[in-house]
Amino acid sequence: MTTAPSGTLANPNAARDHARAQGGTVVEAMPILPPLAPDLPEGVAPDALLWEETVAPGGYATRRLPRGARLRLLDVKGDACASLQIFNAEMPTERYSFADTVKIQWNAYLEKGKFLLSDMGRVLMSIAEDTTGGKHDTFSGTSNAYTNAAKYGDGRNSGKFPNGRDRFLLGAAKHGLQRRDIHAAVTLFKGARIADDGTIVPDVGPFEPGREVILRSEMEVIVVIANVPHVLDPRPDYTVTPLRLTAWRGAVAAEDDPIRTATPEGLRAFLNVEDYYRR
Amino acid sequence: MQNRDPHHDGLPDTIVHDEVVPARAPWIHHIKKGQTLRIVDLEGNQAVDFLLYSEADDCERYSAQDTVAAQGNLFLRTGTVLRSNEGRPMMTIAGTTVEYHDTIGGACSCESNTLRYGHHTKAQHACVENFLEANLTEGRGKRDIVANINFFMNVPVESDGALGIVDGISAPGLTVDLKAEMDVIVVVSNCPQINNPCNGFNPTPVRMIVAA
Repeated sequence: MTTAPSGTLANPNAARDHARAQGGTVVEAMPILPPLAPDLPEGVAPDALLWEETVAPGGYATRRLPRGARLRLLDVKGDACASLQIFNAEMPTERYSFADTVKIQWNAYLEKGKFLLSDMGRVLMSIAEDTTGGKHDTFSGTSNAYTNAAKYGDGRNSGKFPNGRDRFLLGAAKHGLQRRDIHAAVTLFKGARIADDGTIVPDVGPFEPGREVILRSEMEVIVVIANVPHVLDPRPDYTVTPLRLTAWRGAVAAEDDPIRTATPEGLRAFLNVEDYYRR
Repeated sequence: MQNRDPHHDGLPDTIVHDEVVPARAPWIHHIKKGQTLRIVDLEGNQAVDFLLYSEADDCERYSAQDTVAAQGNLFLRTGTVLRSNEGRPMMTIAGTTVEYHDTIGGACSCESNTLRYGHHTKAQHACVENFLEANLTEGRGKRDIVANINFFMNVPVESDGALGIVDGISAPGLTVDLKAEMDVIVVVSNCPQINNPCNGFNPTPVRMIVAA
């Protein structure tokens, strides 16, 4: 929080000095430039770092990531909830498809070794590491102005209880995207199981601090990440804790990569990616 | 009324539109608030892939995720409110003679067919081709294609998460009635898929009746 100036700021030089005096402030939720992460996995060189940012409760972040990049999402305090929009960066009309993701993998649940498919038969990202035990949800989507107004009395970006869809809109807009580009989301760190009768049973924790997911970019992607409460979180209060994001450069999937080769459907999805980049 | 068409039973008296959509074809139609659309599965086990847009602002459109989250259940049944990406009611399932309908199975596409069945199916006609063709007539395009509804299609989820399109639970003459809660644009693909059971391996016509 900036301290209110005691003297007058009636002239530009005083205003400049006041503004400049704020530089160097460190808060919990902010990007670190250049990126610095003391806890990179073994074998990752510090100069491979691309991105280090902590997202506030209710906040969002967005980034274009190269093919092969690893994106680590860290649930710092046990109640982060990362909802993602994922686009093919060079052709954002191609984007995440939750329906194809579950249909092609013949399974409703995401965990280590699964992949996130686009609506063009290609793998956008895959789940390289996951210490949550598959506590993810690609059915319920995220909150919108209507759900947050009903639950918290307000859901505006300018208020205390921002909703996920409106967070996505702002993040996507910074890549030139529009309302019609916001699509179905995938949510990490909060689980959902489907009962026989179709009932969605959310599992929102809170969990042990320090859970992490590492996504591998199989294509050059734009990610927009909103850290807002799960839309079916039964708690009456707007409950969410910081989300830390770290990304570094990495190799694309090798021919014998276990995710690439695990299933015939997955192999064909990777073949489609490789064909797309054959240029 | 004499010799009333049995497919009109239970609908309001004024039929404002009545059309048979051929097998494999797209269909687009504007429906006013308060009108009811009845879809008739004429020959049984025919998936009807279905999208909705608000006529006043087509950036507002059907959202599978907002619909299932709002009712806390994946399956679409009588009483289900079909919600937009902004959480608003677009249509309500006023009645259906099928136990439930799907909204997690998505639409078949040339591209996803290459994953499910192999690259030899790339050239086959698919629902996304129909969605694109119909939407392009009104200026919408690829980024307007979102996760859809599959009326008359059966996608159960097992306790271990196993999920797939299985044999249909529809039959000849079964129906779903949708009441418009706002002025909407309905975009349909009468599914041409021939590689899984969603159409009984034999795509067939469906009938669209709009009553006011």
